[in-house]
Amino acid sequence: MNLEEIKSQIEANVSGCRLEIIPNGSPSGQHSLLVDVDHGFAVATFLRDGATPRFDFCSNVTGIDWPVKEVSTKTKVKKLVDGVEKEVDEVVKTQTGGYLEAVYHLYSVEQREGPVVLRMRTEDRAERVHVPSLTPIWRSAEFQEREAYDLFGILFDGHPDLRRLLMWEGFEDYPMRRDYVDPDDYEYEPTAHDDVLKRAQAHRPAQEGGL
Amino acid sequence: MSILTDASVDTISRDETDHLTGDLLEISMGPQHPSTHGVFRMNVTLDGEQVVKLKPVFGYLHRNHEKIAETESYLGCMPYTDRLDYICSITNNWAYALAVETLAGIKVPERAEYLRVITGELTRLQNHAGLIGFLMQDMGASGTPLMYAFREREKVLDLFEALTGARMMCNYMRFGGCRCDLPAGWLDGAKKVVEGFPRFLDEFESLLKTNEILMARTQGVGIVTKAQAINAGLSGPMARASGVDYDLRKVDKYGIYERFSFRVPLGEIGDVYDRYMLRVLEMRESIEILKQAIRDLPEGPIMDPGTKIRGFRPKAGEAYGRIEGPKGELGFYLISDGSPNPYRYRVRPPTLINLTLLEDMCLGHNVADIVIILGSIDIVLGEVDR
Repeated sequence: MNLEEIKSQIEANVSGCRLEIIPNGSPSGQHSLLVDVDHGFAVATFLRDGATPRFDFCSNVTGIDWPVKEVSTKTKVKKLVDGVEKEVDEVVKTQTGGYLEAVYHLYSVEQREGPVVLRMRTEDRAERVHVPSLTPIWRSAEFQEREAYDLFGILFDGHPDLRRLLMWEGFEDYPMRRDYVDPDDYEYEPTAHDDVLKRAQAHRPAQEGGL
Repeated sequence: MSILTDASVDTISRDETDHLTGDLLEISMGPQHPSTHGVFRMNVTLDGEQVVKLKPVFGYLHRNHEKIAETESYLGCMPYTDRLDYICSITNNWAYALAVETLAGIKVPERAEYLRVITGELTRLQNHAGLIGFLMQDMGASGTPLMYAFREREKVLDLFEALTGARMMCNYMRFGGCRCDLPAGWLDGAKKVVEGFPRFLDEFESLLKTNEILMARTQGVGIVTKAQAINAGLSGPMARASGVDYDLRKVDKYGIYERFSFRVPLGEIGDVYDRYMLRVLEMRESIEILKQAIRDLPEGPIMDPGTKIRGFRPKAGEAYGRIEGPKGELGFYLISDGSPNPYRYRVRPPTLINLTLLEDMCLGHNVADIVIILGSIDIVLGEVDR
């Protein structure tokens, strides 16, 4: 199974999608396929229903945070310094990252092939953090997308029940972000108890502190 | 005069009572409930005793394992993986070691591969033995079957203690091999445990396999079809009980599994009974693998000499490594940026994903069935919540 082949299969069947193969530098050789957000759902549907092999098993779903990072590369440039041509180091700064990524590891149970690594990127890390939910295609993504929303803050459009999974309702930050700062007060977690205690007070006689 | 013959008494026809609906009852099962095997809550809505809605609530044991791992070195993460599924620490070590080995392209010496198979399959034996014991406990067979199962599990844990120094938090594997070699006499002890294990299974099966109560409680309860199982990403015994022929020991052939001859048991219906029986059958196959591995264990080094586990810095890149854990597909997804810590460390928890279909399995069943359906999924909250 070749990622190039799968890419050309998708391009032939899903019109207008922009695909890019992201090479992987490690010896694992698991290169991944970057899909644009607009066609993510169509590409995933095709991978499950139309591709050969059919990727019917979505094993792993997760998020990755890529904050803006400045990469400086040194290049030697010839310049005129005091009228003499010299080789001077010039530092070029480029920016990478600045987005969140949703990653899906797909396998084919029938053909025993895989993994195909599918990636989708959000536009930025603050407001436009939407990617399509693939839960309608692979149910296995249901809890894992909720987890990625919970810990990374990726919004999965079309998810049937997008709530926090591990942190409590009302928690505000996204702990798996690289720039997450621990709160001062770890202990505070709103529970039903305060509310229940207040109601319980109503049943007590007044001399014991009831209402 | 009977009511039926007296025209002045209004009788309520059966048709009407059938359509009478009472209020729905919402109950919260857990988080401190013996049937949840840990701190896990299910918000259940009941109509009478029938489940009409069930929403699991997670996170009581959440400690953000993945975030902590990002601040640790690659070696420092290894003992921490023990705490995921604390029943099967050795297979957790193996999955993580395999992911790092895939990431950095490390070869594992022959003897270490055999040691991994032996300890890994022993882990599967003690996990499944414990599980079927607990399942009986959940069904109300209080005490005795669980103690029978734990008697056998104890023998395996003694072996782990002799080998690694710990009964549950074994921390046994390293990327590139294993931490320590077998102590003198260990292999004979292991052989004895493995040869004695079928006797326990025979006993357990003769007592329970055709037990009327067991069959009445488990057959036809919590059915998952094959298509559902694949779509919901179920793995391990859960998927195979529904007839999905997908065992990573056969599919990925990681380690040296292709050298052993063993069968993959499959269920037909996918109910609780199938899941229970499948684990019994899987234990028998594990015993076969163990016999072959103990027989063929070669001499040699147990660590790859070229791997520097301290100050380990893999090249930038990523890898997903997965193994057939006792509870399902346990995977680790690692991203390296060339630094000594993983940039991203993700655990693919089999039990969390196996819980995806919990509501679908429970709908229409009674409250008491929730307990055994949950018991048959085999969850460990250390892994579900991470």
